[in-house]
Amino acid sequence: MSAIAATLGARAAERPVLRERGQREVFCGLTGIVWLHRKMRDAFFLVVGSRTCAHLLQSAAGVMIFAEPRFATAIIDERDLAGMADANAELDRVVGRLLERRPDIGLLFLVGSCPSEVIKLDLARAAKRLDRSASPGVRVLHYSGSGIETTFTQGEDACLAALVPELPAEAPEAPEAPRSLLVVGALAEVVEDQLRRLFAALGIGPVRFLPPRLAAELPPAGPRTDFLLAQPFLAETARVLEERGARRIAAPFPLGAEGTTLWLRAAAEAWGVAPDRFREATAAGEKRAREAVGRHRAALTGRSVFFFPDSQLEVPMARFLARELGMEPIEVGTPYLHRQHLAEELELLPAGTVLSEGQHVERQLDRCRAAKPDLVVCGLGLANPLEAEGIATKWSIELVFTPVQGYDQAGDLAALFTRPLDRRDRLRV
Amino acid sequence: MQLALWTYEGPPHVGAMRVAAAMEGLHYVLHAPQGDTYADLLFTMIERSGKRPPVTYTTFQARDLGGDTAELFKATALDAWERFRPQALLVGSSCTAELIQDDPGGLARALGLPVPVVPVELPAYQKKENWGAAETFYQLVRAFARPRGETPIAGRAPSCNILGPTALGFRHRDDLHEVRAMLDRLGVAVNVVAPLGASPAELSRLADADFNVVLYPEVAGQAARWLERNFRQPMTRTVPIGVGATRDFLAEVAALAGLEAPAEPDPSRLPWYSRSVDSTYLTGKRVFVFGDATHAVAAARVARDELGFAVVGLGTYSREFAREVREAARGHGVEALVSDDYLDVERQIAELRPDLVLGTQMERHVAKKHGIPCAVISAPVHVQDFPARHSPQMGAEGANVLFDTWVHPLMMGLEEHLLGMFRDDPEFGEGAAPSHLGAAVEAPSSRPAANDAVDWAADAEQELRKIPFFVRGKARRNTERYALERGFETITVETLYDAKAHYAR
Ligand code: SF4
Ligand code: SF4
Repeated sequence: MSAIAATLGARAAERPVLRERGQREVFCGLTGIVWLHRKMRDAFFLVVGSRTCAHLLQSAAGVMIFAEPRFATAIIDERDLAGMADANAELDRVVGRLLERRPDIGLLFLVGSCPSEVIKLDLARAAKRLDRSASPGVRVLHYSGSGIETTFTQGEDACLAALVPELPAEAPEAPEAPRSLLVVGALAEVVEDQLRRLFAALGIGPVRFLPPRLAAELPPAGPRTDFLLAQPFLAETARVLEERGARRIAAPFPLGAEGTTLWLRAAAEAWGVAPDRFREATAAGEKRAREAVGRHRAALTGRSVFFFPDSQLEVPMARFLARELGMEPIEVGTPYLHRQHLAEELELLPAGTVLSEGQHVERQLDRCRAAKPDLVVCGLGLANPLEAEGIATKWSIELVFTPVQGYDQAGDLAALFTRPLDRRDRLRV
Repeated sequence: MQLALWTYEGPPHVGAMRVAAAMEGLHYVLHAPQGDTYADLLFTMIERSGKRPPVTYTTFQARDLGGDTAELFKATALDAWERFRPQALLVGSSCTAELIQDDPGGLARALGLPVPVVPVELPAYQKKENWGAAETFYQLVRAFARPRGETPIAGRAPSCNILGPTALGFRHRDDLHEVRAMLDRLGVAVNVVAPLGASPAELSRLADADFNVVLYPEVAGQAARWLERNFRQPMTRTVPIGVGATRDFLAEVAALAGLEAPAEPDPSRLPWYSRSVDSTYLTGKRVFVFGDATHAVAAARVARDELGFAVVGLGTYSREFAREVREAARGHGVEALVSDDYLDVERQIAELRPDLVLGTQMERHVAKKHGIPCAVISAPVHVQDFPARHSPQMGAEGANVLFDTWVHPLMMGLEEHLLGMFRDDPEFGEGAAPSHLGAAVEAPSSRPAANDAVDWAADAEQELRKIPFFVRGKARRNTERYALERGFETITVETLYDAKAHYAR
């Protein structure tokens, strides 16, 4: 079922990739709702799917019912499938009931799932229809988070891509009017605020973020927009932004001291910031980050790490661990390898590291056991079983849920990897 | 289409996984898209299982849909067989695969594997997790159970099977331990325990037992009824949760085994603890009970008969058992709430304002929100439901656990009242709150008026303070409600006593 497509090339971007086909142990794109709904405080996510989809969301969100969540599932049932009920009319009814309950919703996403796609329920049309008929002031958009089309973080990509056509046009000014910077990818607010201060010190601005904190405050985009990806999994969002004339600034990702500096520098160069000013604005932050990361070096240097595919953050994480902490990445698995967006990252990855794309989980486990890595980065389904075999693990989902980007989180990011090793050193049971 | 915010049960294939993961030598090949592999973490994270559930997913993608998903299924099944070499293969579809209508059973059989293939069809758009577990277990029992081999030897100890415990079950591990010990003391041998720990080969020996002990009817009822019909194996109907039910269960088992019922069942501390004077304050506490049918019905009986509570509400999310729960509710003089919408449950809790909620993890959150004490009695499970210590619900020790876990939150409540009583003493600052509530909790104001819409006259406020502390809060709430309903702006001493008379009706 699988083929090893190994092409040897001279350039790092053409390094060989082990392409695997088999069981994939990765969440579907619906999971992104867990962080997206907290990011955009006036948005509601309605999955049109099955009980499985509802159960996935609940399991991923860890059953936190302190408040009514801003996501829900419209569970398709037998009557909808048998044609006894008109699925579209049913959806309208469910949305009506929801909007009545939640007058605080400003933006409603209809989120497609495997079942809704297989029965070809046209959510694009439904969204258009509901957008017209729903209460005034409520926008209705749609995207797919289905497991047959998206893995884990690709759900965020699909969601942001659905927002792009909604972004207002730039103010009609002369073509030589100043440019603006758009940072794309959900970041924790604390990270956004730090980056805002750094860009201000660099004299880069106006700076805006996608997604915004409120869906009602969408940033404009157009030919005078430069954008920086803050996350490596935003292929589709970047494509549609480019279609609107925005320009992507190629850069590695802002993970670790080096990654953050290179990411900021890419923007600074695009904006013609003088090197002195750049040094002045970033030196203190970079120094703090290097010191914070440095405290974890002793624990990690020379130790090997193995990545199972999960969030597409694997390549930048491996680069950070290799270059700033002296770890040896044995295999870096990723659900999808976007060569163009990762070109700068791949250049920085050690030559001996195996890259794998896709997954055959059993064969990958075999490789992992044979390699006896000091640390495995993997999903929640694999972590305890590997620990039970005596292999230290770090849950990859934490890398997505914890603020890790930027200078002042670089130490926290390193700590995520030392903690499991530190714990093993402490335990005497 | 049904709007679901949180669900009590997963899809039916998760029920099948709970059966497969409980068993040995069985492997489940599930036709499903990649995201459905999330279900693995239920076992590895919630139950802290050190091994992956024995499930292989085909993880088809959109691009496979145009092509040949059937071939993908066959290749995956073959791969799984070669790698895991199970005694039998369980095959089926998740919700999405059900729509593309490949036939996992037929496809797997066509591979000509040297082991039995058991297909399970679980209609994902109609049924839920517990139904899926029951159907899977039933199909496995049908596929493997063989008629009794030799004629029973005279003088041999009577024997039974224990049916129902699964992976991810609410205290199944500990209940099993308790029930085994009980049967042992009674002199009943255990032939097979299933699904937990059983292999397909062991299922083939089911008929060797004289009768079946059904611990969880939601999972094992259907299979046990089939065994009753086909092998004339009787089954137990009592679930031994609580002192009374445990006594009944032992009597039932003894009768089925042809033994004397023990004169002195295992001693539980519950009866004496319940009679001891400090339990007096438990009398008539209003409880709301919600859970799967078995646990809810059992809890209601314990609450009324063994703790002296008043059951003011009883409900279940197990629609399959609505009849049984309605009947039990009638016995308590209430109308059953049968719903899998947690908002319905929350609404009823808010209306009834019980003193204690016995529910699931969902009700625990609801109760917390409404400031009502709560204890968890039923699945859906949470990592907290797999404590490191032995903590059964069944048998004598189970009754001890129930006493502790249900009374504990109320004890806290009593201490809060004590604190309220002493609040005016100089030793207590205005801000003193029970320490178990943590520093974050704001101390309730010592002024009686909690409600902005009505004022308390000074003399009424004085009078309220004379009311014993343990009913003062209730008196205050009732009086305010009474005043509000009548549009009074000020509560006088008269209002206070009018309200008292009104609610004493
Ligand atoms: S993989 Fe598909 S069916 Fe499964 S939870 Fe995700 S969207 Fe729903
Ligand atoms: S923590 Fe303090 S106030 Fe809370 S129950 Fe225990 S003793 Fe009482």
